[in-house]
Amino acid sequence: MKRIGNPWVLAGMLAGIVLLPKGVDSQTPRTAALAAFDTIQTVLQHPRCQNCHIPGNAPLQLDAGLVHTQNVQRGPAGKGAPGLPCSTCHGVTNPPASYGPNTPPGAPNWSLPSPEHKMVFIGLSKADLCATIKDPKRNGNRNLAALLEHVSHDKLVLWGWDPGVGRAPVSVPHDAFVASFKTWMAGGAPCPAGGEAKSARLR
Amino acid sequence: MKLSVNGKEHDVSVSDDMPLLWVLRDVLGLTGTKFGCGMAQCGACTVLVDGQPVRSCVRPAAAVEGRAVTTIEGLSLQGDHPVQRAWAEVDVVQCGYCQSGQILAAAALLQAKPKPSDADVDAALSGNLCRCGTYQRIRSAVHRAAELMEG
Repeated sequence: MKRIGNPWVLAGMLAGIVLLPKGVDSQTPRTAALAAFDTIQTVLQHPRCQNCHIPGNAPLQLDAGLVHTQNVQRGPAGKGAPGLPCSTCHGVTNPPASYGPNTPPGAPNWSLPSPEHKMVFIGLSKADLCATIKDPKRNGNRNLAALLEHVSHDKLVLWGWDPGVGRAPVSVPHDAFVASFKTWMAGGAPCPAGGEAKSARLR
Repeated sequence: MKLSVNGKEHDVSVSDDMPLLWVLRDVLGLTGTKFGCGMAQCGACTVLVDGQPVRSCVRPAAAVEGRAVTTIEGLSLQGDHPVQRAWAEVDVVQCGYCQSGQILAAAALLQAKPKPSDADVDAALSGNLCRCGTYQRIRSAVHRAAELMEG
């Protein structure tokens, strides 16, 4: 067994645990990060997000995640088939509420991930979801800072919390989601065990 | 609100949230564009905005200010756009209600993909419904229009 050389260090560590003020989180950053990823998973696998983060080419729609009507396809750049871009029906904002609950919602750059970077969320285990979003080959060449920027400010992401009439917003408040993302990053962005475990190294 | 439709500038006094389709039909009298479902499910109201297809029933007119709107009346001066010529050659139309939307959607497809496959036609035009079931003739006419455009 490896011997701990300095008893004061050990004593200090124990004291730090015992004397921690009540209410202060005693989790290590890594433990907190893994817990925060539970929240991230809840968001990413909400219909508002996962309906377009799919392995195939037909996006899903509505809270039930039904295959998009009209044979809508991802297309060569993620913006729909030639001649039927997403923008045919989806504007840059939600239509006025007076248009009713069955009209297409809208946000800037309405699209799916490109075929080269599908960034699949749907149906993945927690570990595989984590590996996917960290892998620049699958996430649009984003490092962690770019991912944080994406989830914090991208207007298409933010649409998930303002999806218009007849659609449930993401179930976790956006500020709580971003806070969880930061906690996950602060703890080294660890992935839960059991997945691919070998995502490409982030820059 | 200033709108550019078929190359003409129009100054219309309508509420900002009025759908473009209402402005085209009820204010400007361009009734070639049809109302079908009112929720972008059928494609009858398709127009082009800066050359791209748009369902005018769910697009507020204010959203297309400063952009070039093309309706079936403005696709060609004499009704002789290659897609229109192909439509006549193949005798696509039955009742005709959906056809202005079909023709504009086909024109947009051929702009994006000059020589589309059957699958390309299906992908681009599946959002344009035809209750007469003229789909086979629509597909044939799109291919014929591609030939006409190629010269």
